Amino acid sequence: MANEISTKIVINCSTGVREVLELTQAEIDEREAMRIESEKAQAAQDKAQKATAAKKLSGRNKLLALGLTEAEVTALVG
Amino acid sequence: MQAIETVTVGSGGAASITFSSIPDTYTDLMIVVSSRSTVSGVNDALDLLPNGASGNNSLRYLRGDGSSVQSGSETTNLVSYTPGATTTSDTFGNASIYITNYTSTSSKSISTDGVGENNATSVRSAIIATLHSGTTAFTSLELSLRNGNFVEHSTATLYGILAGSDGSTTVT
Repeated sequence: MANEISTKIVINCSTGVREVLELTQAEIDEREAMRIESEKAQAAQDKAQKATAAKKLSGRNKLLALGLTEAEVTALVG
Repeated sequence: MQAIETVTVGSGGAASITFSSIPDTYTDLMIVVSSRSTVSGVNDALDLLPNGASGNNSLRYLRGDGSSVQSGSETTNLVSYTPGATTTSDTFGNASIYITNYTSTSSKSISTDGVGENNATSVRSAIIATLHSGTTAFTSLELSLRNGNFVEHSTATLYGILAGSDGSTTVT
């Protein structure tokens, strides 16, 4: 990815001057750090959603095992 | 509401778009973005970095992608999602980003409403509310894609919004 990133556009809102500049190494590192943080956050969200889905299915199955119909379970828990 | 500057990405694309030296004469700011990412995928995260820096953010999002709806929280600089290279060719997503009291030296709120574009069932749209707890006035705003570059013809316009002449926003 780092090879793809080369330039940034900076426009000065006071003067209207527009520049196309090469990214500094610090900026490249910052982007990479943000990307890694994002991946971690996404992984945590995916894990939490899977856990919730598993609990929902487990609870649904237990209600069905008690004798409720599919329609009744759906009415209760969606 | 007054357009301050518009940037259109030229050939070769760009990793980021920065509005610098923003005048402190407005009450609020708004950025309207039309963008597409080079990332090999359906979605790329669009970040907003006040004064070029990440951090100091706490956000809540509500998003959907055609098959599911999700909500959650993050501490990133996420403001929207931009369609990537596997979405329908030449389609662009858009987002409006509203920034309140940008000259304030206390916390500021950022609210965004964004949508991707894809002639298929999968692409994200999202609304995001962010509390930026930094105490520095915003003098520059950087839009950056997290995994790819802005493709040519992506655009971003920065608007300034003034309070009403009596010192408060007037609604008629």
